[in-house]
Amino acid sequence: MIAPGLLILAAFLLLAFIFLRRRSPAALRRIDAYERLNRAVGLAVENGTRLHVSLGRGNLFTTRGASALAGLAMLRKLSERTSVSDNPPVVTSGDASLAILSQDTLQSGYRAAGAEEQYRFTTGRLAGLTPFSYAAGTIPTERDENVSTHIFLGDFGAESALLVEAAERQNSDMIAASDNLAAQSVFYTSAQDPLVGEELFAAGAYVGAGISHEASLNVQDILRWLIIVSILVGSLLKFAGVI
Amino acid sequence: MRLFATVLAIASGLIVLLGYFYPVEPLLNLRLQLTNWAMIIAAMAVLIGIYNLVAVQMEKIRTRQKGAAYGGLLVLSLIITFGLGLAFGPEDATVRTAVTAVIVPVESSLMAILAVTLIYASIRLFRRRVDVMSVVFLVVAIISLIVVVPTPFGPIPGTLAIQHFIGLFSTGGARGLLIGIALGSLLTGLRVIFGVDRPYGGN
Repeated sequence: MIAPGLLILAAFLLLAFIFLRRRSPAALRRIDAYERLNRAVGLAVENGTRLHVSLGRGNLFTTRGASALAGLAMLRKLSERTSVSDNPPVVTSGDASLAILSQDTLQSGYRAAGAEEQYRFTTGRLAGLTPFSYAAGTIPTERDENVSTHIFLGDFGAESALLVEAAERQNSDMIAASDNLAAQSVFYTSAQDPLVGEELFAAGAYVGAGISHEASLNVQDILRWLIIVSILVGSLLKFAGVI
Repeated sequence: MRLFATVLAIASGLIVLLGYFYPVEPLLNLRLQLTNWAMIIAAMAVLIGIYNLVAVQMEKIRTRQKGAAYGGLLVLSLIITFGLGLAFGPEDATVRTAVTAVIVPVESSLMAILAVTLIYASIRLFRRRVDVMSVVFLVVAIISLIVVVPTPFGPIPGTLAIQHFIGLFSTGGARGLLIGIALGSLLTGLRVIFGVDRPYGGN
């Protein structure tokens, strides 16, 4: 009963905030990593370098797929903004369905920018199907393709340490977020401005992917407070011996 | 076409979601059918992904990019193992040798490198960021390692209590992070179901 209730409440709030945000745009708090991302996108276009977006291994048929979808929403906007660059962004994935979706997302970004003829399907790549083959397949892209900024956004495991190590060897900029706790701890030690927890899902809002992403952040905040209050009330009731 | 894809995606998402919350017979059957179709499509996606992998490596070879030789080796190995798998089946001893003699040792080596890389990254944390949280992170990591390290005299006295104490914070922190991620996942899913985010068919 709680789960459907929470779902209906979230759906209602999302629609309400989408409607509200059409009238007044959200004021987002500053997140250093996304500030750097927006700067890095502009720099990559200016100096003719490339963005590398790594979407992880989030299988869309599991609960890990949500982080991949968040990465795709960000990719859509980035591909639109960098489509005028000589070096288009390159995307690596560790899941076949995700690789296909990344190609489709890249193509729609180019189409929206009116540069569809510049799209190459080899810029959306399947790097490997197991954690380590994915890392092994991604490292050459990080090393050899004139990349100035690496964006790791999605479901990674401990193998992400190999990816960030390779990025660091190139002295490239790095923005990293994951839904996996092991990868979050790796990114915490390696990234300049680590993104923790649900900040991964804020990517779309911070790159200007639309009001629905801003509305999502508002709803997340409300639901988070509801959960905090529920935990506190539950603890007090348990302490008082009521439940 | 785009409208059709959107309608199909939204309808499929709603059916699977309703089937999850209200497991009545027609919804369950529909949900099972849709999931089966999704599995078949996912299997086909692997073949397309492999084609993409080969295409990327062939482009590297054709344009003589750096690492083209490795690309050639990858394509050759793929053709040989794929051919052997088709001819003898995936359970054949020769095909299994490719796994046990090549893939397992290579992945084990990467695992060993990973352990060193993780230690190195932890050491470098202070070079990158000197703040309270970095100090807490490293102190807890070191204490946790000391607690689990085997000694010739058995467990170090008091380590279990320390482990329990640290566990209180780490479990709480992990749950907090996971709740945040679950909320993010929920909203991402809702955006897809509402058709606001369309990662398929060109949003």
